[in-house]
Amino acid sequence: MEKNKKSIGAFIGEYGAFLALVLLVIVISCVSPEFRTASNFLNLLRQASFNGLIAFGMTCVILSDGIDLSVGSTFALSAIICAELIMDGVPAGLAILISLLAGTALGVVSGVLVTKGRLQPFIATLITMTAYRGLALIITNGKPISRLASSIESESGSFLFKVLGKGNLVFGPNEMFSIPIPAIILVVALLIFYFVLHHTTFGRRIYATGSNAKCANLVGVNTTGVKISVYAISGFMSALAGLIMISRVDSAQPTLGEGYELDAIAAVALGGTSMSGGRGKIVGTLAGVLIIAVLNNGLNILGVSTYYQEVIKAIVILVAVLSDRKR
Amino acid sequence: MKIEMKGINKSFGTNQVLKNAGFVLEDGEVHALMGENGAGKSTLMKILTGVYTRDDGTVIVDGEEVVYKSPQEAEKAGIVFIYQEINSLFDMTVEENLFMGKEITKGFGIVDKKAMRAKAQEVMDKMGVSIPVDAVMGELSVGQQQMVEICKALMVDAKVIIMDEPTAALTQSETEGLFEVIESLRKKGVSIVYISHRMEEIFELCDRITILRDGTYIDTKYIKDITMDDVVQMMIGREIGERFPKRDVKIGDEVLRVEGLTKNKVFHDVCFSVRAGEVLGVSGLMGAGRTEIMQSIFGNLSRESGKIFIDGEEVTIKNPRQAIAAGIGFVTEDRKTEGLLLEKSIAENIEIANLKKVSSKGVLNKKKQDEIVKQGIEEFRVKCFGPWHECNNLSGGNQQKVVLAKWIYTDPKILILDEPTRGVDIGAKKEIYDVINQLAAKGVAVIMVSSELPEVLGMSDRIMVVHEGTVTGIIDAADADQAKVMTLATGGSL
Ligand SMILES: Nc1ncnc2c1ncn2[C@@H]1O[C@H](COP(=O)(O)OP(=O)(O)OP(=O)(O)O)[C@@H](O)[C@H]1O
Ligand SMILES: [Mg+2]
Repeated sequence: MEKNKKSIGAFIGEYGAFLALVLLVIVISCVSPEFRTASNFLNLLRQASFNGLIAFGMTCVILSDGIDLSVGSTFALSAIICAELIMDGVPAGLAILISLLAGTALGVVSGVLVTKGRLQPFIATLITMTAYRGLALIITNGKPISRLASSIESESGSFLFKVLGKGNLVFGPNEMFSIPIPAIILVVALLIFYFVLHHTTFGRRIYATGSNAKCANLVGVNTTGVKISVYAISGFMSALAGLIMISRVDSAQPTLGEGYELDAIAAVALGGTSMSGGRGKIVGTLAGVLIIAVLNNGLNILGVSTYYQEVIKAIVILVAVLSDRKR
Repeated sequence: MKIEMKGINKSFGTNQVLKNAGFVLEDGEVHALMGENGAGKSTLMKILTGVYTRDDGTVIVDGEEVVYKSPQEAEKAGIVFIYQEINSLFDMTVEENLFMGKEITKGFGIVDKKAMRAKAQEVMDKMGVSIPVDAVMGELSVGQQQMVEICKALMVDAKVIIMDEPTAALTQSETEGLFEVIESLRKKGVSIVYISHRMEEIFELCDRITILRDGTYIDTKYIKDITMDDVVQMMIGREIGERFPKRDVKIGDEVLRVEGLTKNKVFHDVCFSVRAGEVLGVSGLMGAGRTEIMQSIFGNLSRESGKIFIDGEEVTIKNPRQAIAAGIGFVTEDRKTEGLLLEKSIAENIEIANLKKVSSKGVLNKKKQDEIVKQGIEEFRVKCFGPWHECNNLSGGNQQKVVLAKWIYTDPKILILDEPTRGVDIGAKKEIYDVINQLAAKGVAVIMVSSELPEVLGMSDRIMVVHEGTVTGIIDAADADQAKVMTLATGGSL
């Protein structure tokens, strides 16, 4: 249910992240002609897709008053599982499916630790984060697995695997439009998350659990189930992002996705979702993801040293989060 | 201390909640502030103490115009506010809460635990309460928490104490303790602003009364010059008729039967039944275990043994979901922590309890949502600025109406109401009683736990009295009176 009348302040509060994004894009576009090309924007979308998919899952977890630090490790472990299966000659389609299920199961473990184990989400997922990373290292013996696509025997399997990260959807007269598949997956995911969070009873239950779990439980919401589900979703999304990554780089290594949890949390925070749950929007998270992607991409193009990039990112996040709080 | 508030205006956003409000508080008087839920009593007091800033108007304290910028500043000037909402740090102990921000130190910021403990004990003794000072706040009952809040106010040497519905969660004896304290404060020349919806208390305690209606000052009178009916008339601007509306309902078959419900040290061998169309009042002192019994029936509190039968068949209820599926609804006593998603809108609160009704196959249906919410707001006359109004910003009584509304649309067979009219104004109470009667007429079995004796006596068909976790008697309301119920509630027998 939306408010009927919105003041300008409330409008800025609600869409602040988008305003910031537009501002950033305009400023960097003015300074850099390289940045403002269509191909760069598409590339930017592709880069954003990893963090975007993870951050969508993270949004659900944070909305339910949790946090998932294990996304980076889940990303790596499920990617490794897929890579190992492919190397063992399992059909690519099946390997991908198993990897997605594995990611979901890894999320369920975090969820069970939080609910049945009564661990604080931060601690529970710190544990799974460490454990999954360790497992990834054990499975691979610490070594990267490379040349995945060429190890797939069947043609269709190889195509399926490659298209995930490298493919483009080409259409229009003279094939003038070419959109990276990861960007398309991102948009589809956005639509699904938007629908689920705002138009389904499950979405309502997530918000209610994050807002006041005690009250939600008393009106018949299975808060335990909701919590386990959001971690499962987060695990699934991490695995999906991991698959796109290994498809793109054609190799998998156990150190994949290190620090991704922080980018995802930053994107969620930038998007205005309350860290204590119950409040927030998926489109806000999208804006947060794009802000981070624009910063990474733009600062790179401008030739800003990576050391400074980190500080600049920190400042942008700080400003955005502070202005969000003034509502 | 003399306080004069004049021509106070206050808007939140575009919504004006105070229009030309005000009152005059004399030295050493107990001054009642009355008005319907949402009339602006709490807001007016929050403006006095600097919680909110006023848009317009003047506040004159002892002849000088003042603007307190924060409650701390008001407290320094000797004005203390006991909030309607409990305002404690729930993870900390009673003692830590009492001394928050005014710790006794031995210098260098080292706290003097011994001195604080002694002082805390002294204040508690004065109030006649026995709450261990090292208990964790969150583990106390609402009533006990309220007592700690009151003690907190007594810790400072106040010249004016504002009490916003202090007795809403107190037991009879705690209330008496509070009245004695108020009496002795009055003798010391402390002025007291007393906000309450309990007419009897106001007439027992107060010297003068100021009425607010829709954020506007109506009148100030000496209590001895007016009657309760006058007050209601001024508050609401209309007659409300009989306080406890009669109902003419044919009582049907037994719907709920509870046998041998036992939880160690909390309640023991509880047996009772309720029939369709019947209202079972549950009385007892605070802490007697009434709430725990109800929580257990609803599956929110585990128990050692006991059977629950609905429509003659035994049911397993281990969690609230099973209880709801079995046809039980439960309005909890603590609307802040259990009853509401406070930061969410009225609409979302009503909808969350009725997700099945407002959706099909898991997808929300905007039309059904709007329908049920609109109905809820209108039927219960929730005073709000729209369905999107955040529950946090509703007045206490209106929050309670939202809690009721969300349950009633679940069409329960059995509705358990734990303190349904706590903090609710006279007019709204009547509306809630009407709703209870309508439900009974529809054949719902109603269980109403209440600490307000007149309400239990006026509304019930039968009254079950609980003392220290055991049922000491179930009597027909027709034979019941205040004395009988109190005897049973204190462990005596008839
Ligand atoms: N922070 C706020 N933001 C917006 N509206 C508010 C806020 N605080 C109070 N209101 C509105 O102001 C009106 C007056 O509220 P207030 O709490 O002063 O009523 P009250 O007389 O104390 O009622 P009750 O007896 O139920 O406690 C209500 O309509 C309420 O919804
Ligand atoms: Mg109030």
